[in-house]
Amino acid sequence: MDAASPLARFWSEFCESPIAVAALVVVVIISGVALAAPLIAPQDPYDLAHLVLMDARRPPGFVGSNGYTHLLGTDAQGRDLLSAIIYGLRISIQIGILAGAIAFVVGVAIGTSAAYLRGRGEALIMRIVDLQLSFPAILLALVLSALLGKGRLPLIAALVAAQYAYFARTAHGAASAERGKDYVEAALSTPLPARTVLWRHILPNSLPPLIVVATVQIANAIALEATLSFLGLGLPPTEPSLGMLIANGFQYMLSGRYWISIYPGIALIVLIVAINLVGDQVRDQLNPRLKR
Amino acid sequence: MLGFVIERLLQALIVMAVISVLVFVGVYAIGNPIDVLISPDADQRIRQQTIEAYGLDQPLWAQYLHFIGRVFTGDFGRSFVFNMPVLELIFSRLPATLELTVAAVLGATVLGIPLGMYAGYKPQGVLSKLIMGLSILGFSVPTFWVGLVLIFTFAVSLGWLPAGGRGETVVVGGIAWSFLTLDGLSHLLLPAFNLSLFKLAMLIRIARAGTREVMLTDTVKFARAAGESEWTILRQHVLRLISIPLVTVFGLEFGSTLAFAVVTETIFSWPGIGKLIIDSISVLDRPVMVAYLMLVALLFIMINFLVDIAYAGLDPRLRVRRS
Amino acid sequence: MSRPALEVRDLATHFTTRSGVLKAVDGVSFDLAQGEIVGLVGESGSGKTVTGFSILGLVDPPGRIVGGSVKLAGQELVGLAPRGLRSLRGRKIAMVFQDPMTTLNPVLTIGRQMQLAILAHDKAGAAAARDRSVAALSRVGIPDAHRRLQAYPHEFSGGMRQRAAIAIALLHRPDVIVCDEPTTALDVSIQAQILTEMKGLVRDLGTALIWISHDLATVSSLASRVLVMYAGRIIEEGPTAAVLRSPCHPYTRGLLDSLPSRSAPGRDLAQIPGSTPSLLRLPEGCAFRPRCPQATQTCLAPPPFERAGVRAYRCHHPLAAEIAT
Repeated sequence: MDAASPLARFWSEFCESPIAVAALVVVVIISGVALAAPLIAPQDPYDLAHLVLMDARRPPGFVGSNGYTHLLGTDAQGRDLLSAIIYGLRISIQIGILAGAIAFVVGVAIGTSAAYLRGRGEALIMRIVDLQLSFPAILLALVLSALLGKGRLPLIAALVAAQYAYFARTAHGAASAERGKDYVEAALSTPLPARTVLWRHILPNSLPPLIVVATVQIANAIALEATLSFLGLGLPPTEPSLGMLIANGFQYMLSGRYWISIYPGIALIVLIVAINLVGDQVRDQLNPRLKR
Repeated sequence: MLGFVIERLLQALIVMAVISVLVFVGVYAIGNPIDVLISPDADQRIRQQTIEAYGLDQPLWAQYLHFIGRVFTGDFGRSFVFNMPVLELIFSRLPATLELTVAAVLGATVLGIPLGMYAGYKPQGVLSKLIMGLSILGFSVPTFWVGLVLIFTFAVSLGWLPAGGRGETVVVGGIAWSFLTLDGLSHLLLPAFNLSLFKLAMLIRIARAGTREVMLTDTVKFARAAGESEWTILRQHVLRLISIPLVTVFGLEFGSTLAFAVVTETIFSWPGIGKLIIDSISVLDRPVMVAYLMLVALLFIMINFLVDIAYAGLDPRLRVRRS
Repeated sequence: MSRPALEVRDLATHFTTRSGVLKAVDGVSFDLAQGEIVGLVGESGSGKTVTGFSILGLVDPPGRIVGGSVKLAGQELVGLAPRGLRSLRGRKIAMVFQDPMTTLNPVLTIGRQMQLAILAHDKAGAAAARDRSVAALSRVGIPDAHRRLQAYPHEFSGGMRQRAAIAIALLHRPDVIVCDEPTTALDVSIQAQILTEMKGLVRDLGTALIWISHDLATVSSLASRVLVMYAGRIIEEGPTAAVLRSPCHPYTRGLLDSLPSRSAPGRDLAQIPGSTPSLLRLPEGCAFRPRCPQATQTCLAPPPFERAGVRAYRCHHPLAAEIAT
């Protein structure tokens, strides 16, 4: 048989779904564009000097007073919408990944420790996690965000608090299953420190479900941040994330100036859906019960 | 079974107590409550008076105990902003939110389960792929954006439905309900649909995954070997078997639907408790925040409790294990 | 001689996987006379279970029947429309599976499951269905049947569960029952009980039985005729006693020799060297060649299926000195 590594096999199976591949391409492109924002964006939306109020709320294709063609129109402050969207995507991705990564680390640490502890400690920790899981993330994020104030740090803290529980639960489930397996018992009976067993054996085998959760949670973090910004919480007005752009444009929609809300909205949706599609494919591939 | 119920009930009470502490401490300890109540340029004396009047000079645990004491008499304090008893305020807005939430949940269930089962039964079919695609959208797209699109399409462009607000109401049992009038229904349709989407997507996916799994089991093979029709198999075997995970999700998601009502109500200007909490948060009306959070927590705990019971009811294997 | 209850000709079932085409059943042919008990023996991976499924048309994708014919009392089953198949399953031909814990629905009572099986073919009222179910359960030796109807599968013992499954299979008095290792998951003592009961039941009802097993011992006590499968093909066929006494095929000989009862105490158990081949890459010619002590160059060509009276074998160098008629 071919000696393909599991990773290579995973990849070739992944490539069999055109939708997943297309979604992945979209994610990569958007990420690339977002990362290169300062280089690509025609206009710096943070630079107040560039804003011409007279050019505010103009439809797509409008040629501004500085001779520049606003491909997607301008928003209520005269910002070029395309630039604002690119920077907005940048913020969304940054925050999504950051919050996701921290929630991952925190959640996995808690979940795996609980699985390792067993007994009462485990029961207590997991009860708290379960309770938090049944509490809707958005409410938690809302309240925390309101209490902690605006800004990146409070926002990320709120997102992490809302999301770590998913990682904790998945990590706990996977680690418990591994913990009970014979090879772990065997490893633990050797002089190897528990930490090594955890790191070398339990964690790597718990990885597949965690990866699935991670992709979903990153998309969730992005959506959550957008919702918070839309509601007026989260990031300050100086850092216009997509949610804020949409919120600002909401009132203009009823008078027909749809582009201010709709285009940032489309950008947001494309990003989230693409991430979810990739995550879906990954989840289907890693699900042992659907193996044919 | 009774022992099971009592055990769960006790757990629920303990959790409720813990949450009340967390909520109270969280809301009152962070930031400065006094800033909301008085204008920034009030002098020291008025500041001091207000602090004492609201009991804010007491240590936190004393404040908490007073709070709990009052809670048992049904007094959650007065809203800083509306200057009326919080409980009264919340209850006046509750029916609107209940209407919205129940309509959303019903819609999601009635549509979601059959669609999901179909997608799981014929996973390779074109219709199934379409359903799954839509479910991904419903799942990942933020509620507020969908609301936006709905308003834009149906209210602004097509003008078929109103863009917001609640319709005419009819008083039944001392409470005003709007779904009993045609105008009320037209106002209810968009927000309810908006709210139901997330749950709909979720139910479709779970029903599909469950159905797919069950269709491959020996149980279904055996039923087929006995000559049972596909319809019988789906209804009598598959539905019963997937109802267990469905109920769990259903119950837990009911809470999240209530939470997302916050966003939907804001967009559609629906006068429910969701909009109330958003407004309260932005002005930091603490008594309302505390009361809302505690009530939501209570709701969640109750739902968890009911789901646990229903779980045991649906899966007879669980009933035996309780000790 | 009356028509056979079941006629299988060149049945072939293939599984299309990512790694290639798996020929689980590769040209199986045999007859089943009315009221006869036939044993289908083979190790795991020999294709015996898939043969059972194929006969009833229960093969799930990615597998499908790619050729051959299965005639139930003269009616062709392969390619039959789903409605036709459904009408026959349970009524004229039934199946009992290996693990009753997974075949019985854990969230429905036994009574309900029996009712569903009854209603699949007869319009019966609740009371009539109940009576039939009670009768069926009693017939398979479950005491206190009336109360048992309200019980759930997990409240039964393993043996009783399997008896209930058998009762369901017998509800409509089918002409043929396919049993796929129904006693493998049970205790040895229960096994013996069920075997005896099955024998009695099918004798009373005149039902033909295909007993699929990897265990020659159970088959020997039950079946009058035995079919040995290897790598998707039947490689030996004959009356049970004769095959056990003097097998024609080296594989059968190997199976018999490796039975613990056959080896002298204190000596190592005999084993057939090597392992069953992957159905994705079968050896050239005779599938058993790599493991056969008698293999020669001739065996690089697929051996034909030879009949000699009541015996049949697929081998270039059959063992029995006298191929008795």
